[in-house]
Amino acid sequence: MSEQEKKAPFLDKRSSRRTFIKNSGLTVGGVVLGGALGTLLGKDSTTKTTEAHVHSETTTTNFNQALMYFDKAQFDTIDAASEQIFPKTEVGPGAKELLVAYFIDHQLAGNWGLNTKEYMAGPFYPAEATPLFGHQTHLNRQQIFELGIEGLNSEALKQYKAKFHEIKEEEQVAILKAFEAGEVNLNGAVTSSYFFALLKSATIEGVYADPLYGGNKDMQGWKMKNFPGHQMSYANIIEKDEFVKIEPTSLNSQHKH
Amino acid sequence: MAKKLPKTDIVLAGVGWTGGIIAAELTRKGYKVVGLERGKERKTEDYLMVHDELRYQQRNEMMQDLSKETLTVRHDRSQRALPYRQHGSFLIGDGVGGSGEHWNGLTYRFFPYDFEIYTKTVERYGKDKIPADMPLQDWGITYNELVPYFEKFETMAGISGETNPHPDVPEVKYPTAPLKETPSMKMFREASKNLGYHPYTAPAATLSESYTNPDGISRGACQYCGFCERFGCEYGAKASPVVTVLPVAKETGNFEVRTHSVVRKVLHTNGKATGVLYVDTRTGEEFIQEADVVVVSAYALNNIRILLNSQLGRPYNPESGTGVIGKNYAYQMTSAASTGFFKDKEFNLYAGTGSLAGVIDDFNGDNFDHSDLNFIHGGNIALGHYGKRPISNNSVPKGTPGWGKEFKDESIYWANRSLSVGSQGSVMPNKENYIDLDPTYKDQFGDPLLRMTFNYKENERNQQKYIREITTKILEEMGADIINSPGDQGDWDTTKYQTTHNTGGVIMGADPNTSALNNYLQMWDCENVFVPGASAFPHNSGMNPTGTVGALAYRAAEGIEKYLKNGGSLV
Repeated sequence: MSEQEKKAPFLDKRSSRRTFIKNSGLTVGGVVLGGALGTLLGKDSTTKTTEAHVHSETTTTNFNQALMYFDKAQFDTIDAASEQIFPKTEVGPGAKELLVAYFIDHQLAGNWGLNTKEYMAGPFYPAEATPLFGHQTHLNRQQIFELGIEGLNSEALKQYKAKFHEIKEEEQVAILKAFEAGEVNLNGAVTSSYFFALLKSATIEGVYADPLYGGNKDMQGWKMKNFPGHQMSYANIIEKDEFVKIEPTSLNSQHKH
Repeated sequence: MAKKLPKTDIVLAGVGWTGGIIAAELTRKGYKVVGLERGKERKTEDYLMVHDELRYQQRNEMMQDLSKETLTVRHDRSQRALPYRQHGSFLIGDGVGGSGEHWNGLTYRFFPYDFEIYTKTVERYGKDKIPADMPLQDWGITYNELVPYFEKFETMAGISGETNPHPDVPEVKYPTAPLKETPSMKMFREASKNLGYHPYTAPAATLSESYTNPDGISRGACQYCGFCERFGCEYGAKASPVVTVLPVAKETGNFEVRTHSVVRKVLHTNGKATGVLYVDTRTGEEFIQEADVVVVSAYALNNIRILLNSQLGRPYNPESGTGVIGKNYAYQMTSAASTGFFKDKEFNLYAGTGSLAGVIDDFNGDNFDHSDLNFIHGGNIALGHYGKRPISNNSVPKGTPGWGKEFKDESIYWANRSLSVGSQGSVMPNKENYIDLDPTYKDQFGDPLLRMTFNYKENERNQQKYIREITTKILEEMGADIINSPGDQGDWDTTKYQTTHNTGGVIMGADPNTSALNNYLQMWDCENVFVPGASAFPHNSGMNPTGTVGALAYRAAEGIEKYLKNGGSLV
């Protein structure tokens, strides 16, 4: 297969849609239930291929970069801590550049921060619950983050006489390691290791979740990992021996098409 | 005071695979069916924004809202059970289509051995092979009797597959060709063959080609988009109730689905059900829906709960081993998976579909000699190509730190260079693995939650030790440069996703003393109540359960029709 053939279906939105229709056999025999497909097929057959340019011009100001939940000091702490979990390296940007702390802020402001779809009725027995039984505290994630952030700063102050985001990288790492090991007492019904695990998973989510959530800036998380994001079809790729690198697209392209 | 609604022929508590199949079969025979579904309506258009790992995988978009209802969990009777506050080890779906919307689509048939497991184990190895605390039971039906029902399910769903080449496994002809084979699946096939095993491409409910089923339902081919398990299919290529059986039932004019309707109880007097009590969670009103037949067709665990909260059937008592509701709860042993890292190869792992896999059954069921082994049964072994998504795909060689610079660079380097060979290991029943009602915790209506008492027992821990050697051996043969082999199975981790294959609790069998249902899934103790679903499994086999769930639902549909015509116990 030529280089041209390899790239073309994925760079050109119009041909991508045609390829998809052709390959899926959906136009044959009248699909009884293809509601979603009906929408895809029926609308907008003249999508401009210039969308990407328009997008980059209008995103010089990222209106998503503002706080819904954290105060400035809390934000600075999480910005620094998440960078240690997923740091900038030669491979690519770290959590800071990817706007992970904004992602975490936005997540904490909603369902996830308030544990709204989880069973939060008592009684609670945090002391007798091993980690195998997961979340067994009355605290929601907002409260756990508040306690965790307080803990990170009070450790930094105690050991290095400064706020967490002001101390050296290796000092931040040392504190995070102590958190991970559960060696720091937080002023509430949760362990430092539980907070650390939450922070770590939220950081990874902020690196790789669709940019619609505020992190993974410009899909750079996906680009590092060669993950193509939202694509219609891999029917022509699935059997290929060589690795096929695809420029990622996000859900924004699906919504706007 | 609950409002009484006009009587219908059949009422369903839950509209997923089993409810949908029964609705399609009975409405076309002219019976009126009312389906009560606690979740929302679902349609293919819902999935236009489905390629969203955070929303669907991390935040469990399609799963039960645990703030309203969950269960409690513990390892053994000495522990206080604690609520399963967040989704973890298993993911129970809700909404129309139930877990049949977010499933992977792997559609196997349990083996002939499974249905007569007690008899066949004793025949081959003697009674002493079965430990005293393992209430192993035949299912009250044989594989051969179930074949027509398996065929019905596979034809309806359009299963794409290849005949299993293992000499001890019955031949199956699938309605559509197997899915495409990826380079890594070819490596698995080659390596397994070299080792003397019998590899094949897994039977899949994600269509390999366009297909029109006998009901006239047409669906297009799978696009391998990589968002399948835990997601709904925006193409309708993955067979689900919403794109197969439910439209057929609706077309008859005899089917009414009421969403946001939570069934609290089956109402019954003198050994006969009169209907169900349910709540419309939007209006807050309570209703009684009377019916000639009540079908408890929720998720396996919720079936147990509805029966226990209805005081229907005899609750299981682990002390004496008597009673049946909650008995023989089983799960799946998934910790024998090994991961291989390939320095010089990159695979297109972002692509895939939920049921794309190379499989062997050489160490499954009784396909190998257990004479000198300290366990019975086994598990399939598979290399899946399900589509790896970046938040959850962070495999690194053992010894790599879990965060920081090295973790970041390594997890990115290996993202498209690592392959796992896993196993859906069987779980045998144990006297101490069971379900009852929790004494403390309640749901949104004040009804008791289920209490699950479960841990992996000796049989399964020994099986895992045996199977993990094979998963590692296959990766070695495939040429992996580094292999992460699993350690021993510890106590059940309720937080880590393992599988949503919860089975048993309302089991079928030939004897009313040791089972809750006869082989038509009809309750021994209440002849107009049928309970299809994996809750009917007396043990769990070494493969995904839905193919067998589907077959049993067709069997139940036949039983319901017989009952409506003739009445009485069908067996």
